[in-house]
Amino acid sequence: MAYDYEKSIRPGKLPHIWCPGCGHGIVMKGLIRAMDTCGLEKNNTAIVSGIGCASRLPGYMDFNTLHTAHGRAAAFATGIKMVKPEMTVICCGGDGDGTAIGGNHFIHACRRNIDMTYVIMNNYIYGMTGGQFSPCTPTGMKASTTPYGNPDPIFDISKLAIGAGATFVARTTSFHATQIDKLIAEGIKHKGMSVIEVLDDCPTSYGRRNKFRSVVDMMKRLKEVAVPVAAAAKMTDEQLEGKVLTGVLFKEERAEYTDQYAKLIARVQGA
Amino acid sequence: MAKKVALLQGNSACALGAIYAGCKFFGGYPITPSTEVAEVMSEELPKVGGKFIQMEDEIGAMASVIGASLAGSKSLTATSGPGVSLKQELIGYACIAEVPCVIINVMRGGPSTGMPTGPGQSDVMQARWGTHGDHAAIAVCPESCQEIFTETVRAFNLAEKYRMPVQVLYDEIVGHMRERIVFPEPGELEIIDRAAPTCSPEEYKPYDAKSDTDVPPLAVFGSEYRFHVTGLNKAADGFPTTKANLVAFEERRQIAKVECPEARADIESNEEYLTEDAEVVIFAYGSSARSARYAVNKMRAEGIKAGLFRPITIWPFPEKRVAELGKQVNSMVVVEMNLGQMIFEVERIVKNDCKLAGVFRVDGDPINPGEIMAKVKEVL
Repeated sequence: MAYDYEKSIRPGKLPHIWCPGCGHGIVMKGLIRAMDTCGLEKNNTAIVSGIGCASRLPGYMDFNTLHTAHGRAAAFATGIKMVKPEMTVICCGGDGDGTAIGGNHFIHACRRNIDMTYVIMNNYIYGMTGGQFSPCTPTGMKASTTPYGNPDPIFDISKLAIGAGATFVARTTSFHATQIDKLIAEGIKHKGMSVIEVLDDCPTSYGRRNKFRSVVDMMKRLKEVAVPVAAAAKMTDEQLEGKVLTGVLFKEERAEYTDQYAKLIARVQGA
Repeated sequence: MAKKVALLQGNSACALGAIYAGCKFFGGYPITPSTEVAEVMSEELPKVGGKFIQMEDEIGAMASVIGASLAGSKSLTATSGPGVSLKQELIGYACIAEVPCVIINVMRGGPSTGMPTGPGQSDVMQARWGTHGDHAAIAVCPESCQEIFTETVRAFNLAEKYRMPVQVLYDEIVGHMRERIVFPEPGELEIIDRAAPTCSPEEYKPYDAKSDTDVPPLAVFGSEYRFHVTGLNKAADGFPTTKANLVAFEERRQIAKVECPEARADIESNEEYLTEDAEVVIFAYGSSARSARYAVNKMRAEGIKAGLFRPITIWPFPEKRVAELGKQVNSMVVVEMNLGQMIFEVERIVKNDCKLAGVFRVDGDPINPGEIMAKVKEVL
């Protein structure tokens, strides 16, 4: 029997705004399966986003949903989680939203190790505004504001999250659809800041300018560049050139922020 | 039993007023001259089971406050001019999404870094028009430590009642001055909590206005009322819309809920001192009003029929009463620690009904009564 996605979708809110070939829908389905696996209650779950194509995701989902301002998802979510630590808080958004305009909130949420799951859809472009380069647009590639090729180096989002202190960091791609829900579910179950980076493609704004002739070509590229961490361990640096590690990249147990604050309150109140 | 009394700084009075009002969340970022509000909140909130967080920046602080409010907590942030500039985008978010919260602005000069340890009153127009787009504003401007306490309580009440951000503006002088505070007993000051929805969760719409001035009840994240919040123009159900009639209705309602006559009467608060027979009225707010009151007393002793009009609510602007005074007096003198901001509002209302002059100062020193008296005598 086909999986029932509709129980998690708000009635009447589809079709979504995403272009044909966009990977965001694959990520949303993965997120729905992951939330289902974790048995999340709708009333006790908040999904928070910023601005951009990926940030439209919460509007389709039948949970407490908050579509904030550009880059601010993690900071709004921090306020919710502080007041209601018992709620499951999930952030989602794109690479520009999360690591450029929202970069400061992102790294500090990681540093605090506050218990939320941030699904970051990295399509290496600002899609909604028409394809300007983001901090994740590969050097040399074309965007509407890099007509001569992108001169900027990129952020490695997962490395950024690990460096900033996130205690669960995983990466996959929209080609690896079944891995998306497994990693998000593991992130939700992890106590602390979890970051799941999903490389997905924007055929309209990125593919078109960079000579990807079809969505299938783009998906094939995702398949080719992805190397599971276990396999990568047996590969040489040369073999790993141009590859992207996938799977659970980092996991550790560390004191969670709202837990620590609850202890502080108990101490102050002399309990 | 005698009431509890203390010698307190204005910023401490603000924090304790917030606690009295039921504030349970503070999200802030250090900035002079408001930092003591954060310091006292970090100490007091855990005692009442509340949460304090120092965020990574001013924008994050404002974001956390809105998130916390949606999760059901009365929420506060405190900052000063440069911080308020950074918060503007999300103050607008709280306006359009109709999320109650209170923002303290301990005013220093400016623009930019200006004089961080000096007083100013140059953010009064920012409080009205700082965020982009059409919106209503509620801002109050206390003149003393005691009034900072009571106006902070009132700011929370107004935020929860009208479901929007409310700004409390006081200058560095009052923020750092120490005065005797008499603490109200619990229950002595009115405390307003936000209206909860009475319909079923299935029927709930977060912007389901019953009239064009209505403030619909706001549910809480984590309750059985699931809903969607966005900064986009939205319909009654909270979801984005570009339908012209729905956008226009919501934009107009969100202003009318504050500016309709009933709301104005509820929100406005003015002090009038010897205005009844006044031939000249000094329009002053915040700490400048203290110099103005002294000047009025001195001039009355000299036989000059002077009075003081002090708006405590500065936004919405007290249009009706200022218009009446404009018809009554020969001249009005606006006193403010900036180079002329509120004087344009006064001018907009009194037009040519009376002479109008201003006493302005931006050098970091307070306006003294002598300056005010000299100007009054010039325009009498």
